[in-house]
Amino acid sequence: MANTIDQKQNFLKGIVKENPIFVMLLGMCPTLGVTSSAFNGFGMGVATLFVLLMSNTVVSLVKSQIPSKVRIPAFIIIIASFVTIVEMVLEAFIPFLYEQLGIFIPLIVVNCLILGRAEAFASKNDLKSSVLDALGMGLGFVLALTVLGITREILGNGSIFDYKFVSEDANTFILFILPPGAFIALAYLSILFNKLTAKTA
Amino acid sequence: MDYIVILIAAVFVNNIVLSQFLGICPFLGVSNKISTSVGMAGAVMFVMTIATTATYLLHNYILLPAGLDYLRTITFILVIAALVQMVEIILKKVSPPLYQALGVFLPLITTNCAVLGVAILALGLENSSLLKAVFFAFSNSLGFGLALIVFASIREYLELANIPEGMKGVPINLLVAGLLSLAFLGFTGLV
Repeated sequence: MANTIDQKQNFLKGIVKENPIFVMLLGMCPTLGVTSSAFNGFGMGVATLFVLLMSNTVVSLVKSQIPSKVRIPAFIIIIASFVTIVEMVLEAFIPFLYEQLGIFIPLIVVNCLILGRAEAFASKNDLKSSVLDALGMGLGFVLALTVLGITREILGNGSIFDYKFVSEDANTFILFILPPGAFIALAYLSILFNKLTAKTA
Repeated sequence: MDYIVILIAAVFVNNIVLSQFLGICPFLGVSNKISTSVGMAGAVMFVMTIATTATYLLHNYILLPAGLDYLRTITFILVIAALVQMVEIILKKVSPPLYQALGVFLPLITTNCAVLGVAILALGLENSSLLKAVFFAFSNSLGFGLALIVFASIREYLELANIPEGMKGVPINLLVAGLLSLAFLGFTGLV
């Protein structure tokens, strides 16, 4: 079954058809919590992508060694190890992002997307498919977070990736960088997403 | 006085769901009926308080003295997972009615980021003590319960409402959550 067309589908499904945020609603906490600016959303997305990729790889490699009764705790330990690595690397090299993301970095452990892919995909498939699955799902996650971050930053702060395109004293919709804005922006983005995907289907 | 501030801050001002975005999955997932949301709120209250007690002790008496602070994330999630299993087994044996009410929600709680989040946040409290950390966890679980139950009661009304086709399902729920969060924003500056 592992021919090239299957693999392409396998990779692409995470980006649109089974997009983790808009379609499957996995990993909502960081999605809403850190997307007050495009850069934060992107950084969180990449951190999650890394953990997802590594955990899917390892789970897929060791799946036959883990007794099925203790697989969930085993997966959690694998995931938690990589989260600790991300935490240390960010703290050492990108302290600014580490401060901004704060509590949401250790919380990557309980991101249902990662455990969900380990359980539903990597524990049943070979290495190559698992890596592609993780890349697709991870990119879908990065895209969704970045788009949400960009939307909120434009509306709330009048800037994109910290590049301000309105004057300093201009009035922006500050609401959108406050917590309620996260819910409202995601609500309208998911309406838009549904509309767009319904047309192409 | 400290404790009153913690309580009001956790329940209203920095509500764990509506302003800190922890525990969104159960917030959106089990909020279609008031009765299930009450069960979930109860289970979270139970687990969050016990888990924070355990992780606080673990952090201050084992990890810190041994210089193993970097193992925080791994040990906390393991302790919480084990604790949830244990609570489930004990409840089943000791109090079947309570198990009936909370049982289905317990396995879901391991991956509820609010529990791990509060356990980590509790370490950062000012002049923290065990009592304060536990009280902080309890207040946050009250805040979680409040948000969940209010949201569920609104959703029960929404079932009767005439919602535009494109907004059915997730979008309308997110919008309602947004408005609810806006309402809670009004508490800013209370403490």
